[in-house]
Amino acid sequence: MEKTSKKLITLCVLASIATPIFMLIEVLMETITPRLMASIIDHGVNVPGGNMEHILKVGILMVIIAVVGLISGLFGAKFGAYASASFAKMLRKKMFERIQTYSFGNIDKFSTAGLITRLTTDVTNIQNAYMMVLRMGMRAPASLIFAMVSAFMINAELAKIYLIAVLILGVVVMVLLLIVTRYFQAVFQKYDDLNASIQENVSAIRVVKAYVREEYETKKFEKASDNLYKMFVKAESILAFHMPAMMITVYTCILLISWKGAHLVAVDGMTPGDLMSLMAYCMNILMNLMMLSMVFVMLGISVASVKRIREVLKEVSDIQNPENPIYEVADGSIEFKNVKFRYRKDAEDFVLKDVDLSIRSGETIGIIGGTGSAKTSLVNLISRLYDVTEGEVLVGGENVKQYDIESLRNQVSVVLQKNTLFSGTIYENLRWGDENASEEECKRACRLACADEFIEKMPEGYDTYIEQGGANVSGGQRQRLCIARALLKKPKILILDDSTSAVDTATDARIRKAFAEEIPDTTKLIIAQRISSVQNADRILVMHEGELNGIGTHEELLESNAIYREVYESQTNGAGDFDEEMN
Amino acid sequence: MKRKMKMQPPKNAGKLLKRLLGLLMKHYGVAMVIVAICIIINALASVQGTMFMQVLIDDFILPLMESQQPDYEPLLREIIRVAIFYGLGVIASYAYHRIMVNVTQGMLKVFRDEMFRKMEQLPIKYFDTKAHGDIMSMYTNDTDTLRQMISQAIPQLFSSIITVISTTVCMLILNVPLTILTFVMVGVMLFFSGIIGKNSSKYFVAQQKDIGSLNGYIEEMMEGQKVVKVFCHEDANMQEFNRRNDQLFDSAYRANQYANSMGPVNAQIGNISYVLCAIVGGLLAIAGELFGFGSFTLGGLASFLNFNKSFNMPINQISMQMNSIIMALAGAERIFNLLDEEPEADEGYVTLVNAKRENGKLVPCKERTGLWAWEHKHQNGEETTYVELKGDVVFDEVDFGYSDEKMVLHNVSLFAQPGQKIAFVGSTGAGKTTITNLINRFYDIQDGKIRYDGINVNKIKKADLRRSLGIVLQDTHLFTMSVRENIRYGRLDATDEEVIAAAKLANADGFIRRLPQGYDTILTGDGANLSQGQRQLLAIARAAIADPPVLILDEATSSIDTRTERLVQDGMDKLMKGRTTFVIAHRLSTIQNSDCIMVLEQGRIIERGNHEELLEAKGKYYQLHAGAHA
Repeated sequence: MEKTSKKLITLCVLASIATPIFMLIEVLMETITPRLMASIIDHGVNVPGGNMEHILKVGILMVIIAVVGLISGLFGAKFGAYASASFAKMLRKKMFERIQTYSFGNIDKFSTAGLITRLTTDVTNIQNAYMMVLRMGMRAPASLIFAMVSAFMINAELAKIYLIAVLILGVVVMVLLLIVTRYFQAVFQKYDDLNASIQENVSAIRVVKAYVREEYETKKFEKASDNLYKMFVKAESILAFHMPAMMITVYTCILLISWKGAHLVAVDGMTPGDLMSLMAYCMNILMNLMMLSMVFVMLGISVASVKRIREVLKEVSDIQNPENPIYEVADGSIEFKNVKFRYRKDAEDFVLKDVDLSIRSGETIGIIGGTGSAKTSLVNLISRLYDVTEGEVLVGGENVKQYDIESLRNQVSVVLQKNTLFSGTIYENLRWGDENASEEECKRACRLACADEFIEKMPEGYDTYIEQGGANVSGGQRQRLCIARALLKKPKILILDDSTSAVDTATDARIRKAFAEEIPDTTKLIIAQRISSVQNADRILVMHEGELNGIGTHEELLESNAIYREVYESQTNGAGDFDEEMN
Repeated sequence: MKRKMKMQPPKNAGKLLKRLLGLLMKHYGVAMVIVAICIIINALASVQGTMFMQVLIDDFILPLMESQQPDYEPLLREIIRVAIFYGLGVIASYAYHRIMVNVTQGMLKVFRDEMFRKMEQLPIKYFDTKAHGDIMSMYTNDTDTLRQMISQAIPQLFSSIITVISTTVCMLILNVPLTILTFVMVGVMLFFSGIIGKNSSKYFVAQQKDIGSLNGYIEEMMEGQKVVKVFCHEDANMQEFNRRNDQLFDSAYRANQYANSMGPVNAQIGNISYVLCAIVGGLLAIAGELFGFGSFTLGGLASFLNFNKSFNMPINQISMQMNSIIMALAGAERIFNLLDEEPEADEGYVTLVNAKRENGKLVPCKERTGLWAWEHKHQNGEETTYVELKGDVVFDEVDFGYSDEKMVLHNVSLFAQPGQKIAFVGSTGAGKTTITNLINRFYDIQDGKIRYDGINVNKIKKADLRRSLGIVLQDTHLFTMSVRENIRYGRLDATDEEVIAAAKLANADGFIRRLPQGYDTILTGDGANLSQGQRQLLAIARAAIADPPVLILDEATSSIDTRTERLVQDGMDKLMKGRTTFVIAHRLSTIQNSDCIMVLEQGRIIERGNHEELLEAKGKYYQLHAGAHA
């Protein structure tokens, strides 16, 4: 991997150097051509009787130059495309690589849509700007300087007019661009917001229609759209000065040179041919100046993109591997020592307030608590998905911060509440747990998770293709597949975060039974809303507003814990759920 | 989420262009005429400039050189004359650019607004069948290509055409054979541009496909990023990412290579065309001078060569613009398709009005009385009747399928009396959600009848029908605005006190107050910083504030713990007293106190009755219940 990326960097650098060189050759050919054309007129046609030989000779030379120009132009095109495409490729790769190192905390900071825009639109903007800079960034100034020097060689006094004009115009264009980029950054922000609100409307269309808010949403949208229109017009009307400013400069130069040139020709013996050439250079200089300002516009647009990409690349994972990590997790014991936790440093309240807890290896622990009682936050600390704010979490007798992160997470397997399957066959999905798992092992894991029955009913069995996000399996089936996937890690600690909520009670019970019989040594933490899911656990934790409200067996808690009793009573009359998939 | 992007010119390109220009003329007709005039003035001013250079030398400088006492007076006059033309050109140029800003942005606003308005009117079916990414891409990519086209391609095409016409006329006047030669070379240029264009659009298509594939992968992995972390799957992800990234690199590289080649190729063919004209023209001029035939002079040749150069330029510009025009037309086609979609049909004429009782009769009134009536203007004549809105729902042998080929509901009959709580139970895909989607007419039934307070729902205006139904959907969606506004979404004229009361009823008041800015906290990204349960509580508050006579709860409490659910339910029961509620849930405790439970299987109601009756019957419900207690 390292080697290929080094090779890619070298190639990209080479292409980035080659492009302007070829563009320079093209410019050179381009500037020679007018002189040869003038020569055809002056010495070939504009002599008595004509000079056919000269015309043919110069003509052939011009064709050769055209071919050289063409070849260098084509190489410039090729290398420019290569350099920018490979630059974009490396940027995407770097970003994706960086995002892969993000911790849960980092991921929470960026929205998914924001990350996708950065990886796509922003990279494309930079790719285009980079190509423009490579191809025009060198060509335009070189051509400009060449024309300027030629003009000075013909007549320094007249050429000064150009120099002054270029300087004035340069300043004007720069000021315009500076104002405009500032405006545009604000406009693009608004534009993003507008698109975000469209996106929101598309996905929430049922809510909009259910509440008959079509007209309301349309009015709201039109207001935002009108606002955007006004901002765009304001920004672009400044840009509308660009072209006229150019034209005023060109025209003034032409007229000034005509006037002064006429005097010079009449008095100082400058030739009319020289005057014509000066006029031609005038066009050349200003065309190139225009090109340059376009390069700056592109750069201006890409500045915002660069900033956003830098945010991604600069974001350092707030969970880092320790210096001398431990690779082996001794056993499945867990200990919380005075643990306090909050998601953000500036948050007022702690999400977890002073939790002390000790779990033996192989124990089955149920966790119960209301919405927002920090059940998930508690278990996420065990596999170091987040770091504690205060206190420490120990696994196998060692602080989790001492472990190699990958080893720790392989030993502490979490089935997340918001779980996802990926596009690919069932086998492929299962092997996320263990890429070398045999078919037998996969099937065993599915048996434990009670997923085997429905998989085997599918026409293609374990080779059934799962669509993105697991869209073609039901909620309960998805959860069981996710459990099987987690089991394949053969972890020392297994955490199920409300992972059987869509599975019917009977199956839920069978899964728990299988766990108890087949993987008795694994520490199991089960977060659930159903009392029946945790009833038989060795101990049950009752969480309430970030605190450990009670701990004990089912019977003990019924006796001593008010919250537990209340939850239990709310479920005893017809406790349990209907199966989501009866078939 | 496969996105198809075609780069081939749409088949009906002419029609699309006509429609686009038609719209442009409709909204900005006067402006476009002014712009066209400005472009012509601008072109004339620059022609004036080219001509001035020759006049300057032939008529002023050469005589000046020869005279002993140079008289600069005529030159000054000429320069002032030209300066005036230039001035006009600059003014025209500014006017044209400034007007185009308004035209371009104005047209984009017209498109955006019309697209959005249309989108809001489309039936749910449209959103079912279209990938959301595709819809979004119309607002972003397609409108972007349109901006390019309106602001650049169209004016440039116009000015190019003017230049081509005027130079052709001038060239023909000067020399016919050389004009033919120039045209032949333009043919060669177009031939090569065609080849390059074909190749570049082939790779642009591939590029779009590869972008789609990479985007899809990024999207999927970003969505599942936390699972990736939990399984330490980062390296495996990198491999797949690299593969797709390589593909994109390859097609992007080739596409741009071809696109970049267009300029140099055209420029050099242009140069060769120039050389050929110089040689042939030189021959003609020399032959004319030597043998005294023809009238082609050296001055004529010099002018012709200038025209040759200014003829090639617009051709080059047009071929460079071609890609963006094709892309814009493809985008326009998609946008027009959206604008041409049939809006959700609504043939209903029964409306919902505020009512009060006078002498035992219902009469409509303006103010909000809490009493509502259906205003039924009978089709046969003047007669208008008022029926009290109660929430009496009857399904009479309803058949329904999302497409005509596959029926999802068969022969469903049910009735719900005002004040009843009706529950639907059954497996995924049994048709529970579908039934509720028929009551509010998200979809229309194929056969049978649905009556609401004795009125066929087809006769009720959709907006009024939906206003009378409060729905909490399976997937909770919140909007980017404050919590307060999100709740108020249910009834826009609700007071702050009513908002808080609704939040309290939904048991959401507590956690809302703990948010950083309480009720004024702005929710973003569909309420991303709230838990699923909290989002559901907000959705319930939103439905509660609407205070509807009929409430539909579709798995509305699935992520709320049973203890909170009980509190919410008590509140809802109080609210819904005397009104109809439909409940879909897989949690037994949610449904067991229902007046009637319908057990659905494969689109049919297989059992019905209350909890005790169903247990007694020892059918499917009994089995499920037993399963739940195993």
